[in-house]
Amino acid sequence: MSASLWPRLENLLPQVQKPARYIGCEQGAQTPTHGAGIVSWLLTYPDTYEIGLPNQGLQILYEILNERDDAAAERAYSPWTDLEALLRRERLPLFSVDTHRPAGDFDVIAFNLSAELTYTNLLNCIDLAGVPIHSDSRSDDDPLIGVGGHCTYNPEPIAEFVDFVVLGDGEEVVGEITELLRDWKRTGRPGGSRSPLLREMSKIAGVYVPSMYQVAYSGGFIAEVTPRYGDVPATVEKRTVADLGDWPYPKKQLVPLTEVVHDRLSVEVFRGCTRGCRFCQAGMITRPVRERPAEQVRAMISEGLTRTGYDEVALTSLSTADFSGIEQVIGETVSDAGCDQVSVALPSLRVDAFTVGIAAQIQRARRTGLTFAPEAGSWRMRQVINKLIREEDLYGAVESAYSQGWRRMKLYFMTGLPTETDEDTLGIAELARNCVALGRSHHSSPSVTVSVGGFVPKPFTPFQWFGQNTVVELSRKIGLLRDDLRRTRGVQLKWHDPKATLAEGITSRGDRRLGPVIEYVWRRGGTFQEWSEHFNYDLWLEAMAVNGCDVDWYVHRHRREDEVLSWDHLSAGLHKDFLWQDWRDSLNELGLEDCRWTPCYDCGACTGYGIEHVVASASPPAGGSQGTGVDLTGGGAVPVVLAQRPRGSEALNGADTRRGARVAS
Amino acid sequence: MRVRICFTKHGKVRFTSHRDVARIFQRALRRAGLPVAYSQGFSPRPKIAFGLALSTGHSSDAEYLDIDLDPERINGIEMGDLPARLTNELPQGMAVTAAVTVDRQTASLQQAVTSCTWQIDVVDIDADTVAGAVARVLAAENLVVTRERKGRKVVDDLRPGVLSLDVEGPIEAEQANGGGVRLIAELATQPRALRVSELLGALDPPLIEHRVLRLHQWTMNETDDRQRSSPLDAASSTPVGAT
Repeated sequence: MSASLWPRLENLLPQVQKPARYIGCEQGAQTPTHGAGIVSWLLTYPDTYEIGLPNQGLQILYEILNERDDAAAERAYSPWTDLEALLRRERLPLFSVDTHRPAGDFDVIAFNLSAELTYTNLLNCIDLAGVPIHSDSRSDDDPLIGVGGHCTYNPEPIAEFVDFVVLGDGEEVVGEITELLRDWKRTGRPGGSRSPLLREMSKIAGVYVPSMYQVAYSGGFIAEVTPRYGDVPATVEKRTVADLGDWPYPKKQLVPLTEVVHDRLSVEVFRGCTRGCRFCQAGMITRPVRERPAEQVRAMISEGLTRTGYDEVALTSLSTADFSGIEQVIGETVSDAGCDQVSVALPSLRVDAFTVGIAAQIQRARRTGLTFAPEAGSWRMRQVINKLIREEDLYGAVESAYSQGWRRMKLYFMTGLPTETDEDTLGIAELARNCVALGRSHHSSPSVTVSVGGFVPKPFTPFQWFGQNTVVELSRKIGLLRDDLRRTRGVQLKWHDPKATLAEGITSRGDRRLGPVIEYVWRRGGTFQEWSEHFNYDLWLEAMAVNGCDVDWYVHRHRREDEVLSWDHLSAGLHKDFLWQDWRDSLNELGLEDCRWTPCYDCGACTGYGIEHVVASASPPAGGSQGTGVDLTGGGAVPVVLAQRPRGSEALNGADTRRGARVAS
Repeated sequence: MRVRICFTKHGKVRFTSHRDVARIFQRALRRAGLPVAYSQGFSPRPKIAFGLALSTGHSSDAEYLDIDLDPERINGIEMGDLPARLTNELPQGMAVTAAVTVDRQTASLQQAVTSCTWQIDVVDIDADTVAGAVARVLAAENLVVTRERKGRKVVDDLRPGVLSLDVEGPIEAEQANGGGVRLIAELATQPRALRVSELLGALDPPLIEHRVLRLHQWTMNETDDRQRSSPLDAASSTPVGAT
């Protein structure tokens, strides 16, 4: 056991920006005991402390592991460039913030990967830990490098840098990995035992060990990905926690001493979403919907507020207003809090007047701004992406918000979507103008901020076959909007850099041949690529060219149905033919209803794992039309199926149990 | 009811900023169940007021904070328990050492405090050099520095702000090859606060701080301006718990 690095670190901290990022000491922080029979995990977020600390996934695993007798978990974050330079100069390694122990002393360094552009930071953290960046160069004494999080549904670009990958919910699988490692440590970690250990690990459900698989190519395409050994599974299935009620974590959410994003209590009210937005990877890979019991939600809110001293709680999930009995939970939270000034944040809301009503209930004070995400500018486009919001829903929401005291709206859109025409793009400007016009009847200077991001197709979505728009095309579309909105008072246009969208596109659907590209960017100082001041577009293009990787082939090319995708040996439960059918339906502008309240269309997420939705209410929540064309403002009604798949498209229909719905506008 | 507390800041937590400390107290007060009064208006804020900011990285034995408690909700709270109760909710390294109630007319900490006593450790330098630098500044009539303020050059004389400066003696500091020296300085905070780093940088030769600890903050006695006292000894204060 080596000593804490603190005495040396504290002499460096006066020289760096925001040193409180490196001290730990948060309320809820733990200083676990390490020892021979204990498997030590360093849970690492490969971006700054401010971004990484609030990550709920890491906090959940931190508690679950520390509750075990055979595990100890600490945390680490990427040091900012100033501290990194000092650490390298002083030959000091990456460290945990809990006991300031060197990263290399841990048995496992496990990373949360929530964004592809953090991959170079992943390499930097491994290197700063003093561990070889390539999995095949590591010795028996080196820590195991593991990754989890949404990016790991296509971990192939980082396959050569990691020892194991966890797919899906981590609550159960971290215990199983701990038990395997505990037994391995008991044997004294004999020389040459690392590879056999990883082979054993690959048999744990949800664990993918890239080195146990080989990739064969044919004519530039992947021919097949096969296990190297007969006892290694051919397909790795994700892990899914069947009942969120069994996992009321975090129980002791960390309260940071310094400023972080999302600095408030978070209570996850459900996991999964079946609204079926076709661009949304989170909605596809986290199915089925699993609601937390309302009673548990209430207890977690009231205990959490009392314990942390926070005056704000965020109810987190995708599309939070879909939670059964959302109004009751919020009403009780606000009234329980009494005069103690507690506010409730709902970071993900559907677009309709009903949800604005909820927002009004919880934001009695401070009505600063509200955010809606129509995602696309025309009804046609929104049917393509299956984000079934009618214009009336948006205008109803905006009218309701202005009339109840909000002055600023933020609208999120994507551009570069499949089949998008300039008319669809300009529809964004039209919607924004109409929203400002609605505001004029309530305020003298209403303001609408339009935020436009370039669309990046993601694995395990119906759009995984779609060729991403080029930088030139995305820039042109943003230019169209700029020109169109130039003389519009009250509308501010903001956009995401199309060059960063391209870099994300490279890694999003890449394969193992991109490993050297990521390494090239990292070796030339390309860290913190999520940060616009550090993002280096030319370096990415150079790295692709030097390593013989064609940007067009990886990013802009439409993929064919019969192509072997680099993530085909992994599974989020979704049938590939379901996704393909949904992709064809999308091109036919066919909407698909939410399966929580209508019959199953067999996407595979429930049936494949023998689990099902855990939803308290048998009927959908009230609010707007929810894309059905039926007034659901009263709630309680099951949305009707609107139209059958038009004739002629039957040939595309792989599964007859499913029904497409053309939704009348 | 206004309560003035004294608290300490040591160890790892010294790297939190002044703003961080404000946030830490807001949450600690809520957790401790102390009924802090909120400002009225659209965006209500807890009514707490800090004194002079402590530089990030410096430790302190003597930080002060005024807290307005809501008199209507104060029933049933044993005020004598307040220091222990708050300390229990503060991070390791921070502790409330005393609390008094003060009259609402009492001057704010910002106005009342006129000087601070600092313990300053410098390392990797021999004692004679430090003694020479100290002797030179004490003998000088002025200590003129030019600094940039809002884009304009400002000439300042730091000497009047140096109320005392003594070499306490050698220290042993880890990570320091040439040993070190401990200084004790009393620096004025009015009309503007003289910072430790400013003073050290103006010495001949300039010194670089290794560890800095605020030992005391001083207020002028309202009747005798040569008598200084702690902000807790303000004329109108009463120890909490006393009735």
